[in-house]
Amino acid sequence: MTVSREWGRVREGSPWTGLWAVVAKEMADYLTGVRMRILEAIIVLTAFGTVFAAAENLRNTVGQDRFLFLRLFTVNVDPLPAFVGFLAFLVPLIAIALTFDSVNGEFNRRTLSRILAQPIYRDALLFGKFLAGLFTLALVLTTIWLLIFGLGLVRLGLPPSTEEVVRSLWFLLATVFYGGIWMALALLFSVRFRSPATAALASIAVWLFFAVFWSMIANVLAQLLFPLRYGLVQEVLAQSRASLFFSRISPITLYTEITLALLRPTVRAFGLILPTQLEGMILGSPLPLGQSLLLIWPQLTGLIAATVLLFALSYVWFQRQEIRA
Amino acid sequence: MEEWVIQTQDLTKRYGDFTAVDRLNLQVMAGEVFGLLGPNGSGKTTTILMLLGLTEPTEGSVRVLGLDPARQPLSVKAQVGYIPDQVGFYDDLTGRENLIYIAKLNGLPRAEAFRRIDEALNRVGLDEVADRPVGTYSRGMRQRLGVAEVLIKRPALIIMDEPTLGLDPEAARDFLGLIRNLKSQGITLLLSSHLLHQVQTVCDRVGLFHRGRMVLEGTVEELARRVLGGGYRVHVEAQGDPQAIEQSLRQLPEAKRVTRSGPDIYTVEGARDMRSEAARAVVQAGGALRSLRLEEPSLDDVYAHYFREVEDDRQS
Ligand SMILES: Nc1ncnc2c1ncn2[C@@H]1O[C@H](COP(=O)(O)OP(=O)(O)O)[C@@H](O)[C@H]1O
Ligand SMILES: [Mg+2]
Repeated sequence: MTVSREWGRVREGSPWTGLWAVVAKEMADYLTGVRMRILEAIIVLTAFGTVFAAAENLRNTVGQDRFLFLRLFTVNVDPLPAFVGFLAFLVPLIAIALTFDSVNGEFNRRTLSRILAQPIYRDALLFGKFLAGLFTLALVLTTIWLLIFGLGLVRLGLPPSTEEVVRSLWFLLATVFYGGIWMALALLFSVRFRSPATAALASIAVWLFFAVFWSMIANVLAQLLFPLRYGLVQEVLAQSRASLFFSRISPITLYTEITLALLRPTVRAFGLILPTQLEGMILGSPLPLGQSLLLIWPQLTGLIAATVLLFALSYVWFQRQEIRA
Repeated sequence: MEEWVIQTQDLTKRYGDFTAVDRLNLQVMAGEVFGLLGPNGSGKTTTILMLLGLTEPTEGSVRVLGLDPARQPLSVKAQVGYIPDQVGFYDDLTGRENLIYIAKLNGLPRAEAFRRIDEALNRVGLDEVADRPVGTYSRGMRQRLGVAEVLIKRPALIIMDEPTLGLDPEAARDFLGLIRNLKSQGITLLLSSHLLHQVQTVCDRVGLFHRGRMVLEGTVEELARRVLGGGYRVHVEAQGDPQAIEQSLRQLPEAKRVTRSGPDIYTVEGARDMRSEAARAVVQAGGALRSLRLEEPSLDDVYAHYFREVEDDRQS
C-alpha cells in the first residue's frame, strides 16, 4: 500500500463527480435485492406486532393521555418489547446487513478497478454507497412510520396532534442517524477487510459488545473509579454520573435517550435526579418540544459526529488502497 | 511531442525494498499497438496501474495524452479505456445495464449514452445478448463487454491487461481480430500479456519485461534480428543423399544454421525468408523436394534465447 499524494494537493474537478450515478445504482440494487425483502419483512412484522398490541392496550385509556399516539411506539405489552426497543436492536442489524460488503464486494467481483478507471474520484464512490444506504434505510423507516400512523388512526380512532406528528418525525430522523453510525461502521470494515464475511462478523461483534456487554462494563468501570467508601450521597452521585457517562459511549444508549425524550414528553433529565433538582418542576407535566430537543441535542450531535469520524476513517483507508482487481 | 500517447521517464515503483518496476522509459506513439510482454510478476500490471493513476509511482514521471495521471486524473480517465486483468461485471445486471452505469459515471447525456452503447455492443458483436444478465456470459463475452465498455467513452487510448488470458484458442483469435479492428480505427492500444505468441501477431512494437525492467524493445523483426541473428526458419523435407543436401544447404551464404531434425527433414535459419534459395540448394544436391515450410520469427524464441544468454552471463 502506498500513501496517495492526493492528500493536500489541489485536485482537478469536483470530488463529487459521478456521486448521483453511484447513489442511483446502489439504491436500485438495494431496492430490488432479496436482502432488502428479508429485512423489510422482519421490520414490518415487528412493527405490526408491537404496535398492534400497544394499540389494543391503549384503546382503554383514550382521552386520558395527551400523547396517546406517541405511546404506540413506547408501550410494551408482555411478552413483546415496545417498538422502540425493537428498533434500537434491529436498525443496527439492518444497517450492517446493507453495507458490510459494499467495498470489498466490488473488490471480489473485480468491478472496483473498472469503476475507478472512470472519471470519478474515490470519494464519490464511497460517499455514494453510504448515502444510498442511508436513503434506503430512510425509505424503509418512513414506510413503517406511515404504517404505524395508519394503524393508530384505525385502532385508536382519533387523529394525532400536530406536536405528536412533529415529535415522531424527529424520532424518525434520529432513527435514520442511528442507522447511519452503524452503516459507517460496516462501511469502514468493508474497506478494511477483503472478506465480506469478516467485515460482517466484525460489525456484528461491535454491535453485540455495545448491546450486551457495554452497560455492565460501564457499571464496573464506574464502581472501580468512584467506589462508595463512606456511603455518602456525593459518592453515590459521582458513581451514577460516571456510569451514565461511560454508558453514553454506546450509540445504543444515546439512541435510547433520544427516543425517550422525544416520545415521552414528561422526561426531563436522564440518570439519577436529586430531590433538589426537582424543585419548581411540576412532576409529570410534559416539556414543550423545544425543551425536549434541547435535552437530546448533545446525544444527537454525538451520534452524527461519531458517524462523520467513522466515515472519515474509511475514506482515509480507501484513498490509500492500491486497487489491483 | 503530441505524437507520444504514453511517455514515462525513469518510472519506478517499489514495495518496501522490492522493486516491482525499475526505471522504465516507455514511449508509445499515437495509433500503434504496443505489447508489454513478460512472465508473471515482471511488473506489467504495476506499470499499467501507474499509467492510470490507480497507484502512485515511487519515482519518475508519467505522461498520458500529455497529462499527468496523478494531477489530472479525471481528464486522463475520461479519455483512456482500461480493461483490467479478469474483468468483472455486476452479474445480476444485464450487459446493457452494466454499460449504462459506466456511461452515467462518464457524465454522458442519456440519449447520447444509449446511442453509443448500441453502437459499442454492435461493434463487439454482443447486441443479441445485451439484455441477458452478465452472469450468463462466457469468459470471451465478458472480455468483449469490457471492450464495449471502453468504447463508450470514445477513447484515444485503450489499455488491456492480459486480454487473452483464460480464453479458448478460438475466442482468443476472435478477440485478437477485434483488437486489429480497433487499431484500424486509429485507437492506440497498450496490451500486456505473458502469452507471447498470441500478441505478437497484433503488436506493432513490443517491450519485453524481466524482473521489473524493460530489457528489450522494438518490432518483433528487430528483436529477432538483434537476439537471434535472424529468426526465419525454413523447414525443408527432401529425399536424397542426406550428406549432400545438408552440405549444399550449409553453403547458402545467408544461412546462419542448418540442422537435421528428422530422417528427411532439415531446418535452415536465416535473417529473412530463404525458401527459394533452400529449394534451389536441394535440387542442386540431387535431392527430391517434398515440402517447404516457413516459420516466422517468434517472440517465444527471442525470449527463450535472450534469457538463456542472460542466465549464462550470470553464471559465468
Ligand atoms: N502490494 C504489493 N506489495 C508487494 N509486492 C507487490 C505488490 N503488488 C505487486 N507486487 C509484486 O510486484 C511484482 C510485479 O507484479 P505485477 O506488476 O502484478 O506483475 P505482472 O503483471 O507482470 O504479472 C510481483 O513480483 C508482485 O509480487
Ligand atoms: Mg499482471
